[in-house]
Amino acid sequence: MVELNEVFETSTMIRDENLDVRTITMGINLLDCCDSDPDTLCENIYGKVTESAKDLVKVGDEIGLDFGIPVINKRVAVTPISLVGASACRTSDDFVRIAETMESAAQKIGVNFIGGYSALVQKGMTAADQLLIRSIPRALAGTERVCGSVSLASTKTGIDMDAVKLMGTVIKETAEATKENGSIGCAKLVVFCNPADDNPFMAGAFHGVTETDRVINVGVSGPGVVKRAISKVKGENFEVLCETIKKTAFKVTRVGQLVAKEASERLNVPFGIVDLSLAPTPAVGDSIADIIQEMGVEYVGAPGTTAAVAILNDQVKKGGVMASSYVGGLSGAFIPVSEDRSMAYAAEIGALTIEKLEAMTCVCSVGLDMVPVPGDTSAETISGIIADEMAIGMINQKTTAVRIIPVCGKKAGETVEFGGLLGSSPIMPVSRYGCKDFIDRGGRIPAPIHSFKN
Amino acid sequence: MNKVIVTLVGKDHTGIIASVCNYFAENDINILDIKQTTVQEYINMMMIVDMEKCTKQFSEIVNGLEKVGEGVGCVIRAQHEEIFDMMHRI
Repeated sequence: MVELNEVFETSTMIRDENLDVRTITMGINLLDCCDSDPDTLCENIYGKVTESAKDLVKVGDEIGLDFGIPVINKRVAVTPISLVGASACRTSDDFVRIAETMESAAQKIGVNFIGGYSALVQKGMTAADQLLIRSIPRALAGTERVCGSVSLASTKTGIDMDAVKLMGTVIKETAEATKENGSIGCAKLVVFCNPADDNPFMAGAFHGVTETDRVINVGVSGPGVVKRAISKVKGENFEVLCETIKKTAFKVTRVGQLVAKEASERLNVPFGIVDLSLAPTPAVGDSIADIIQEMGVEYVGAPGTTAAVAILNDQVKKGGVMASSYVGGLSGAFIPVSEDRSMAYAAEIGALTIEKLEAMTCVCSVGLDMVPVPGDTSAETISGIIADEMAIGMINQKTTAVRIIPVCGKKAGETVEFGGLLGSSPIMPVSRYGCKDFIDRGGRIPAPIHSFKN
Repeated sequence: MNKVIVTLVGKDHTGIIASVCNYFAENDINILDIKQTTVQEYINMMMIVDMEKCTKQFSEIVNGLEKVGEGVGCVIRAQHEEIFDMMHRI
């Protein structure tokens, strides 16, 4: 029988510390929708998504009510569209039609995002991949709920530098195409090294080709819970600090496991994984930066920050792994600048720079996330930033990502407001030195030596 | 058995638990256990109840308890037991 203090601990986590289930994401395989006729393909996609996920939002809300835990987002991730559309799409416009179909399907079932407008090109681009990538600016500008991702590198294959170069241009075009809204299109677009096939978080969620037909993946959250727990062990040594994070992560992840199992049963869809990631929101008290600062670093970005992120990331995994039967996705700490109020503040006062963020990405679960940069940043510089991040992921055998937003018409130090969960942030300065000749070389960076394990 | 845990937080005064218990009686909800502490003038109360015989939807009971809470100046929440078991028991 549970005890009074345990009940109130759980209640406090939910009521005062923003504990929630960040997302229930249904992965849907669309390979069986393939057709050589674009009209039939779009019909098939609409039919499969709306039928497969018709009860997703209702069930998510019911679970939230039954357990008294907010289930913030209900989302869908589909098979990378470059594969699904390969036999039907002859032009980029054909791919844009698929994006519009995804948007209509998402609207119909009431999910706030649908991911998978994606291409996996870590070793090379097919004609279809190129068409999809070139369609991204129009696809994301013309839709609200569609999220795109492109995998540019992996430890096994190296880095596709042609695709890295192309993505620099595509990100600039996406920013331009959505310049009326703070270049928000770029917030729905992420590039990856070593992407996860079962990631439930946007913008990078897609349903990997090794997955089953439908699957339920759940992302938990709870930076506020971790921060509150750490505040109770102020001044204690690292052993105590680490144990505290681990135990808290266990409790948070158990909620995710419960929700994932329930969603799986009620929807009659197999349970995939729980993603242990701590994901912040712009709400007060829902910040990763606050955790770092609670550990004793004055502002996130100050010396000690990378070590603090490493501790957080590792302990969250150690606590979370035992709490769930299947752990996957990105599983770690997210460090999105605009989505984390204290992170954005640290950037504003100059404590946090892109270079320090890059260092932090070596030890956390993702990468440069929701980083607004000046609108006049060149495509080559963006490609250079992407290449650096891809290299970190490739060499360290981990997922890294870049979701960077060159905000049209804005200069370093000005502020951009994205609104809602995407938050606001100062525009972060980038190095004024270029890398054009490096990016222009083209071709592939070979896989690193430690990838040859056979 | 359909076990639900009800928590109540608010400023203590007479009649709080009576109001909650009356609501349960009206809805055929059986109380299995009650625990409470009072810190200064604030009450923290937890009830474990069985909703097996209750004919109303869970959402109706959640809303009903919210209204009872408003009436006595407390916040009352109902959650299925599993979330507590999962979090605090291996």
